[in-house]
Amino acid sequence: MALIQSSIARKIVMAVTGLFLISFIALHLAVNLLTLVSADAFNEASHFMGTNPFIQIMQYVLALGFILHIAMGIQLTMKNRQARPVAYAMNKPAENSSWSSRNMIVTGLLILLFLVLHIKDYFWEIKFGDMSMQSDFELVTTLFQNPLYTFIYLFSFILLGFHLDHGFQSAFQSVGANHYKYTPLIKLLGRIFSVIVAIGFSAISLYFYLSSL
Amino acid sequence: MNLKLKIWRQPNASAPGKMVDYQVSDISGDMSFLEMIDVLNEQLIETDEEPVAFDHDCREGICGMCSMYINGEAHGPDRGVTTCQLHMRKFKDGDTIYIEPFRAKGFPVIKDLVVDRSAFDRIMAAGGFVSVNTSGNTMDANAIPIPKPDADEAFDAATCIGCGACVATCKNSSAMLFVSAKVSQLALLPQGKVEAKQRVLSMVEQMDKEGFGNCSNTGACEVECPKGISLSNIARMNREYLSASITGDK
Repeated sequence: MALIQSSIARKIVMAVTGLFLISFIALHLAVNLLTLVSADAFNEASHFMGTNPFIQIMQYVLALGFILHIAMGIQLTMKNRQARPVAYAMNKPAENSSWSSRNMIVTGLLILLFLVLHIKDYFWEIKFGDMSMQSDFELVTTLFQNPLYTFIYLFSFILLGFHLDHGFQSAFQSVGANHYKYTPLIKLLGRIFSVIVAIGFSAISLYFYLSSL
Repeated sequence: MNLKLKIWRQPNASAPGKMVDYQVSDISGDMSFLEMIDVLNEQLIETDEEPVAFDHDCREGICGMCSMYINGEAHGPDRGVTTCQLHMRKFKDGDTIYIEPFRAKGFPVIKDLVVDRSAFDRIMAAGGFVSVNTSGNTMDANAIPIPKPDADEAFDAATCIGCGACVATCKNSSAMLFVSAKVSQLALLPQGKVEAKQRVLSMVEQMDKEGFGNCSNTGACEVECPKGISLSNIARMNREYLSASITGDK
């Protein structure tokens, strides 16, 4: 970590890991949407993800991506706080920037808390838990019978949406991709992607919660 | 109009400062913000009080000296203007106006509203120039053909007056809009391409040394910049930096 000292190198690491995590989220959502198709389809996809050798290797790359993104995000935020020792008595940041762009660390840390819970609930259970009595599909649907769980998940998906809305377009800017012709398109795609992610994951949780009533 | 002012007063760099309340009356909407402070200072001088120290030079929006954070925004609520170009008609009778110096570790307060922006000079000295042979037969810069779009883009970047509003307004106190404008104005022209790699590496290194924060692409700087410097300059600097750090000597 100490090797990456320059501010721009750090920005680029945030951006590249961010884009990698975005591709993971897209894949994750695609697999999860299969729960709405049929239990068998999801179980088959889940089995593939759990056994395919390439995916097994990518798991470690993914973990590294998460660790770099989170560690560097926290480190950058701490450095940035030090860059203004005396705060303004009156400040109006909403006049010039979006809420999601200013609160990446807040949404990011809350998503991290969610991630810990989520890994414990699913990844850990499927990987190391006793899955002899239930299929992956049953594990997913059973947890969403709990209203508190469903609420925590929905709340986290909305946070993720806000985080992605800034993160998606910001990553392109950081790696130097900004042009008056395509930047508006990147921003639009980022917004569409964030909305699809937030609504897509929420719809699955909500569907299984409502079906359990 | 009559106004209530809350101004940051700090006798010198090492002394603690605080917000102090003042009143001004009969302010015309046609006055500039600096003229309003002139009125206040006349008032303070008459009552044997220390006038408010503030930076100003040209008072026509090109020197970039009048660094003030007015009511929570760099150079006040208007867009595309410096403090000296801000008219009092942007305020209403009875308003309370907060006036603070630009705040950043890289811009220490010298006195009241005056900050030390020599960090910008040191960044420029690190690489914000083109080396020209001045042996007596210096070549006319205009003799080199430059495509009009490149010249325009370089000129747009060169309109940066180094006022520091980008740093002041950035939640991270990042100086990337300023540095990227200076990198861009030279990198876009043939004369600047010669030293382009070394330039971007040295200027970014100096920027980091000065204690400015890291850009997180909120875009606040672009909105508050009195000269409308575009965020696309930061993207260009990132590109230049990335390629220079891979292929440059440093």
